[in-house]
Amino acid sequence: MSVNIHIEHLVKKFQDVEALKDISFDVEKGSLFGIIGPDGAGKTTLFRILTSLILADEGKVMVDGIDVVKDYKKLRQIIGYMPGRFSLYMDLTVEENLNFYARIFHTSLSENYDLIKDIYEQIEPFKNRRAGDLSGGMKQKLALSCALIHKPKLLVLDEPTTGVDAVSRKEFWELLKKMQQRGITILVSTPYMDEAALCDRVSLMQTGNLLSVNTPQQIVNNFLGNLLAVKTNNMYTLLSDLERFDGADRVYRFGESIHLVSQRPIDEVKQSLRDFLSIKAYQKIEIENKQPVIEDCFLALMEKTGTL
Amino acid sequence: MLPIIFIIPIVQLLVLSYTATFEIKNVRFVVVDQDHSSESRKLIDKFSGSAFFTDMGHLPDYKAAENAVQHDDADQIIVIEPDFEKDLVNEHHAQIQLVTNAINGSAASLMNAYAISIINNFNKEILIKKLPLKFKGMPIQLSSSFWYNPELDYITYMVPGILVLLVTIIAMFLSSMNIVKEKEIGTIEQLNVTPITKFEFIAGKLIPFWIIAMIDLLIGLTLARFVFGIVIVGNPFLLLFVTSVYLVLVLGMGLLVSTLTNTMQQAMFISWFFLVIFILMSGLFTPIESMPVWAQQLNAINPLAYFIKINRMIMLKGSGFADFQRDFYILAAYAVLMLGFATLRYRKRA
Repeated sequence: MSVNIHIEHLVKKFQDVEALKDISFDVEKGSLFGIIGPDGAGKTTLFRILTSLILADEGKVMVDGIDVVKDYKKLRQIIGYMPGRFSLYMDLTVEENLNFYARIFHTSLSENYDLIKDIYEQIEPFKNRRAGDLSGGMKQKLALSCALIHKPKLLVLDEPTTGVDAVSRKEFWELLKKMQQRGITILVSTPYMDEAALCDRVSLMQTGNLLSVNTPQQIVNNFLGNLLAVKTNNMYTLLSDLERFDGADRVYRFGESIHLVSQRPIDEVKQSLRDFLSIKAYQKIEIENKQPVIEDCFLALMEKTGTL
Repeated sequence: MLPIIFIIPIVQLLVLSYTATFEIKNVRFVVVDQDHSSESRKLIDKFSGSAFFTDMGHLPDYKAAENAVQHDDADQIIVIEPDFEKDLVNEHHAQIQLVTNAINGSAASLMNAYAISIINNFNKEILIKKLPLKFKGMPIQLSSSFWYNPELDYITYMVPGILVLLVTIIAMFLSSMNIVKEKEIGTIEQLNVTPITKFEFIAGKLIPFWIIAMIDLLIGLTLARFVFGIVIVGNPFLLLFVTSVYLVLVLGMGLLVSTLTNTMQQAMFISWFFLVIFILMSGLFTPIESMPVWAQQLNAINPLAYFIKINRMIMLKGSGFADFQRDFYILAAYAVLMLGFATLRYRKRA
């Protein structure tokens, strides 16, 4: 029952801003596809074209062979969309919102209860509360329930975890995984790079361009160079000093340490780096080999395209 | 919100019906009596004795009287010339001067009319007294009566109109704010992705407001009956029927505004713009017949003008459907047109 998405040469301009610059990619049936990118990358524009809310200037989008422009009526039967901004009725209760959306799709809460059971159970204690009075995480779960109420074949989620606490984010992704197991194709966007690892395939989006489409593992495997994490007693000046270090391709803050990428052999870099820092009178120098995570890869990609 | 929708019109109806009257009571006048004769006093007594006039005292000269008007202590000045009585007796005619503060034009003409009718009365009495043999009454006897509102009671005249006004405002604002509100808070985004049709959507927006406005009208009619004692002369069901069509028109207009705008602020200004024009041109406060021709023609697109006319015809005159059917058909066609536009303009896709 799941569907695939085929996107070809998509272009969208708003006045003189090019929101989407010739984007093409495919989402496989039943996969969890993530689009990672900072604010303003064009994620929402892409999703709004995909969900038939706006028209693209060029290119086409097919969902399971359905053209989103010509056959938008068919599309709207099989798609579940959760906009980035909470879009349910704040003055209706949790239950009223669900019933409302169920009835629009000519179905009922009980008819599709098994699909949303896992999510709905979490918000059921608050079913008589107004949607506007829910916490951020609860709102997202309600929105997800509403987007699923008609058993969609494709679920499109625009930054569902933005503004949600870490625990709720984790829970939310677990829910998405469950939906995927039920055969729903899921397209999700997020500004959080750590969430990329949870997708089957991810693409990095940046100022209207798709930088890379691959599995998270492949993206990590494609990382070029050696990655070192550096820590010293004085972290304040460390970044600017490291930028002047000869063997450094890229230097950036990463959590509590500073990551340094170098193309030179690892032992040689480590040694010269230690010397370099000692001359600069740093103490408690810790230099560690690091396996790159997806965030390192994206930072590398962004830098390569000259957008960071 | 719901209590507000019902309470506000009630309060407005109660307050406005008493205040939106053209009657002027307590016209404050000062007298500059330079004659101090028995005739002049008699005339002044006529004024003081009238329910419409309040004597603010006598002043020595015109300058002082003008000052009183200037300081808003008086609305009208009656100047009686020094030889008023003498002229009246000897020459059979005399002059008095009447000065009215016309800062409010319509009030001034009313005050003037009141004063002239008092003076006319006084005239008649003099004629009878001075020339009892010759006086056989005025050559043309004029007696007037006011149909459909025999006592020229302003409340009877205003309440049906104000009722229309309130129902219109409620319907226009509720509908014009509604779709645009969904645009502003974003709920329309999720709704647009659903298979809901344009027609279902517009119908869903129209019906609840239609019911609310109808209930408002029923409350208003009940108040009109039991508070103001206005009995609907015509068929009340005919009135409800016309209102039901009229409301579709107003709601359709509001929804059209709502689909055309992007923010509630825009919607509010546009609906106010039209409402103010519609209300002031509707004939509620000033007769349409006294407007310039172009304005009268413009009223062809003023739904309020049609409806106030029909409403007064049913409520005060007891007209049947045949009497206003042309106006009704125009309203009905207009309603279909507006609703059609609103449905077409509502886009599920940008």
